[in-house]
Amino acid sequence: MNSKPKADAATKATVSLPTKNGITLKVNGAVKQIEIAPWTTLLDALREHLGLTGTKKGCDHGQCGACTVLVNGKRITSCLTLAIMHDGAEVTTIEGLAEGEVLHPLQKAFVEHDAFQCGYCTPGQICSAVGLLREGKAKSPEDIRELMSGNICRCGAYANIVAAIEQVSRMGERGDEE
Amino acid sequence: MRTEHIGKPISRVDGRAKVTGAAKYAAEYNVPGLVYGVVVSSAIAKGRITRIDVAEALRLPGVLQVFTHENSPLLAQSDNSYSDEVAPPGSPFRPLHDGEIRYSAQPVALVVADTFELAHYAASLVRIGYERDAHATNLNEERERAYQPRPREFIPPPESRGNAEKAFAEAIVRLEEEYSAPIEHHNPMEPFATTVLREENGRLLVYDKTQGVQNVQNYLCNVFGYSKGDLRVLSPFVGGAFGAGLRPVYQVFLAVLAARELKRSVRVSLMRQQMFTFTHRPAIWQRVALGAAPDGTLEAITHKAIAETSQFEDYSETVVNWSGLLYRCDNVELSHTVVKLDLHTPGDMRAPGAVWGLHALECAMDELAFKVGIDPIELRLKNYAERDQNEGKPFSSKELRACYRLGAEKFGWARRNPQPRSMREGNVLIGWGMAGGVWEAFHITADAKATLTADGRLTVSSATADIGTGTYTIMTQIAAEMLGLPIEDVTFKLGDSSLSKSPVEGGSFTASTVGSAVKAVCEKIRKKLFQLARKIDGSPLANTKLDNVRFVDGQIRSHNDSSRAVSLIEAMRHGGLSAIEEKASAGPTPEQMQYSRFAHSAVFTEVRIDEDLGTIRVMRVVGAVAAGRILNPKTARSQVLGAIVMGIGTALEEESVIDHTFGRIMTHNLADYHVPVNADVHDIEVIFVQEQDEAVNPLGAKGLGEIGIVGVAAAIANAVFHATGKRIRDLPITLDKLL
Amino acid sequence: MNSFSYTRADDVATALREVAADGAAKFIAGGTNLIDLMKENVERPSRLIDITRLTLGGIRPRSDGGLRLGALATNTDVAYHKEIERRYPLLSKAILAGASPQLRNMATVGGNLLQRTRCCYFYDTATPCNKRTPGVGCSAIAGFNRAHAILGTSAACIASHPSDMCVALAALEAVVRVTGSVGERVVPFAAFHRLPGDTPNIDTNLQADEIITGVDLPARGFAEHHAYLKIRDRASYAFALVSVAAALEMDGNTITEARLALGGVAHKPWRDPQTETMLHGQSATRENFKRVAEALLRDAKGFGRNRFKIELAKLAIVRALSQASFKEAHS
Repeated sequence: MNSKPKADAATKATVSLPTKNGITLKVNGAVKQIEIAPWTTLLDALREHLGLTGTKKGCDHGQCGACTVLVNGKRITSCLTLAIMHDGAEVTTIEGLAEGEVLHPLQKAFVEHDAFQCGYCTPGQICSAVGLLREGKAKSPEDIRELMSGNICRCGAYANIVAAIEQVSRMGERGDEE
Repeated sequence: MRTEHIGKPISRVDGRAKVTGAAKYAAEYNVPGLVYGVVVSSAIAKGRITRIDVAEALRLPGVLQVFTHENSPLLAQSDNSYSDEVAPPGSPFRPLHDGEIRYSAQPVALVVADTFELAHYAASLVRIGYERDAHATNLNEERERAYQPRPREFIPPPESRGNAEKAFAEAIVRLEEEYSAPIEHHNPMEPFATTVLREENGRLLVYDKTQGVQNVQNYLCNVFGYSKGDLRVLSPFVGGAFGAGLRPVYQVFLAVLAARELKRSVRVSLMRQQMFTFTHRPAIWQRVALGAAPDGTLEAITHKAIAETSQFEDYSETVVNWSGLLYRCDNVELSHTVVKLDLHTPGDMRAPGAVWGLHALECAMDELAFKVGIDPIELRLKNYAERDQNEGKPFSSKELRACYRLGAEKFGWARRNPQPRSMREGNVLIGWGMAGGVWEAFHITADAKATLTADGRLTVSSATADIGTGTYTIMTQIAAEMLGLPIEDVTFKLGDSSLSKSPVEGGSFTASTVGSAVKAVCEKIRKKLFQLARKIDGSPLANTKLDNVRFVDGQIRSHNDSSRAVSLIEAMRHGGLSAIEEKASAGPTPEQMQYSRFAHSAVFTEVRIDEDLGTIRVMRVVGAVAAGRILNPKTARSQVLGAIVMGIGTALEEESVIDHTFGRIMTHNLADYHVPVNADVHDIEVIFVQEQDEAVNPLGAKGLGEIGIVGVAAAIANAVFHATGKRIRDLPITLDKLL
Repeated sequence: MNSFSYTRADDVATALREVAADGAAKFIAGGTNLIDLMKENVERPSRLIDITRLTLGGIRPRSDGGLRLGALATNTDVAYHKEIERRYPLLSKAILAGASPQLRNMATVGGNLLQRTRCCYFYDTATPCNKRTPGVGCSAIAGFNRAHAILGTSAACIASHPSDMCVALAALEAVVRVTGSVGERVVPFAAFHRLPGDTPNIDTNLQADEIITGVDLPARGFAEHHAYLKIRDRASYAFALVSVAAALEMDGNTITEARLALGGVAHKPWRDPQTETMLHGQSATRENFKRVAEALLRDAKGFGRNRFKIELAKLAIVRALSQASFKEAHS
């Protein structure tokens, strides 16, 4: 190919790019230290730096919920926050819910109720449901629907998602993995 | 037929991987040294690039290259090389081929850098100058330019019969209405993405989000000149597609281009905004004219559709043919034409053509039922087609009557007061509406390979896809059934171009197509095992025929005497085999082709509408589906549930709005392009009607990916009329249209 | 995102010093709007000053009987706070009508006040927008303006304010507390956000060297007679086409005080206190509600695709007032 002339090294050195900082995250119970530039979102830090690709990037703008994780126990969209802002935080992702081979009750219920098809929104749905049960605000299927509306499922598995969450909710499982 | 696995509601075999985050999608293969590509999209709709300045981007340390039309290498030259299995006639779009802008937000550059963030930043520094040409993006303003598109494979051009014009003019009851619908985008949750892993020897492993790994492999080999041994495409998990991944999407081209030129492993993921920059369900305008006797007997049907296509390809889909198929009528005039607009070529989106065509037809039928004063179901039964009049063939099976009946019973349709605005609670108007649906039961040719090892484990494979449809699961069930093995001992592999030949995953044909190949290859293994079992000294099956045994519980058992049995492992051990490997191909037979093969449905909906504010809620949906044999009721139900949810979106929410001043889609994100959320969905019931069909294909299963959505928009629109007395004929039915 | 530097401020004084030192610096807290806009290259700060560790959280009683919402209290903190639920249910409901639980767990009180319009042209740098680049023209006026303003618009901008929370705060006549280099000041809610005029690039009257420290709720919360009605294109997780915060004081069936704030219809939460007084001393009837609705929308102007909002807003006002006039009828 007829490649474009590239800028020489001297010019390159004068351009300032964000410097990396060391941060510590407690991810799924394990302490992780990473060197990270300020512009890296928590989502990209998980997926690209920590290899935890279970957390999904669906829209990267807080409009779908696929990137939902729990930070210090609360569900958030990890695409709209910078990793560097969470130095010292505890992060729980889909990879941290099962106890070894034993699935979290919500994971089990999602499989039993076929609460997904393509599976791409699923980690976000499940993490969101863990947050939902912990919050304790959903008293009815209608509440579950409203409080799970931040997680879009284009395959349209909503009825099964609600059934799965209801089942776990009835079991009295608060969604706490601790 | 008594079955152990087929027809059982087993949970997805890939379920555990999906709920634990272990399932890896195209953008999730990380290797050291991976670099990231970010696509720059054009700011104008038509014209050409006059200047493209990449210096500022390249100045950033860590930016490796900016690919543009100016430095793109010489690649294949013929349109044919850029075509693919699903391409409509025309000249496929070639990314970075020249400086011409053919549609707004087309890819114009790929910035490759060490990190995603850097590539994204550098992309914002690429300065592009344009010379603008006048563009046309408004279908309604361009309708008179409509022309007959070049025909597309699998899409039979509409054929008229009788004399609809005359019959309509003479009919006592006449109804003529126009319907319209906007562009929709598939918006699977996973954005299109490709990770190209470059091996030491230069071979490429292309992890791509696609519905057809071999389709993509062929395309890439044709375009870039790779041999199939040097480029393998993998797609073990696909985060939804709905048709968007039938054709190669431009990011796979760009990722391979960058990997080839930079000799690096490369990932290119599209932004959600860029998910609106390639295929889409086309905007459409339709006119339906129905002529009938006072009792509702149809005497004339005219169905005319004008849809959009791009300047470079003739996309068409089956929109109007359904009107010659679903009801008995001797005078039918059908036409489907397209208008070239300055947009990307539309493409197949879940039940392409049928979603639009049946919206118009089934709303018109509701209007006719109201006009002649009979129940909408009665009108449909009165005009029930016993034969396919389009093709002049009998149906392989058609339990549509049962769909109407069982759906109506479940819904409580008999309690419906036919008068609009007759059902209310306070200021909430309640409306009940129904519609029928029909979709192809295609069966095409596919291959499969199976290997049974001495430990009794079976691996079956074919290069198909599982886009959430349950392919992994149902193929595992079919194979386990055939050889009488537990599900856990069977593995089905897909999503790898090196596997046996398979068409793209789409058209609701995967269950029948790949399923028949899986069945065929397992039959070969059965035959071989049976021969081995009979050869054992003193074999209890020595005098038995293959027709007289069952494969169950890991054994070959005599039908008549279940104590006469040989285990598969024993048979192989005696035969001295460590593995049995077979390949098979299966396709439709001439006998199958003698029949017209379709799945059918009836959809019933209840809407509740705030009389003052116009807000619409779909409170209940019953979908009754006749689709032959149901291979797995659990995954089957999910497919139909999901299709109904997407149908709710089509009816009430989804619209890709173009600002015609800019020729640009402005709702290019998930906040402005509304798809249903959990709170939009209330009670949905799915009924599978019993339908025995030995003729449709070897499995007797018709496929379920699409039939569930067909008819939903019409059923909701009809319910809205019943609630409010207003016919809203342009989709989506947003509240402003009811004010 | 552009290249930026990052610092974390440990106290308000440091935060103010840092923002004053760099004209293109921005504070970041919840980030739900700022990072979104940075990814679109609409916001391009040179520096982000992380204020999440400042002690500006919490919800505390005030000596005048009201409550103080810390600027860093999250939407969730506020919406589910026991005293807010009991005394200011209008605010709680408005917040819960917005965004999603995940976003509400991140978004802060201060950030909510500063969120920018969701106008699709503002977000798309391929199209002209006066709010992004003053003087280039407004694409929305003749374009896709379904979500846009019908009140208080200008020839330069018809963007609408997207917040739900702010609509309730406007009705409650909250007070915004800000601190700047010259000290602390309080801004009545109505004076916080601006109409576009010919400077649509400026959303609020917060100065570049100021920080929001909190929002004070007056003692009266209208807990008995209130309604928050949000009308949107799907049942949840969508911005308002029109929203109405209605708060009434009633004596029997007679309205003694009425507050009405509208969302989704203007560049700021829309109040018209003069018109609201039409209801004072009136009985709670549909006719009276219609009259005030007509009066509130008398100057409304549609721009094609958003014209329906004029009628919709009137209907929504009537509905919200009806709901509010029934004590707890809709809780």
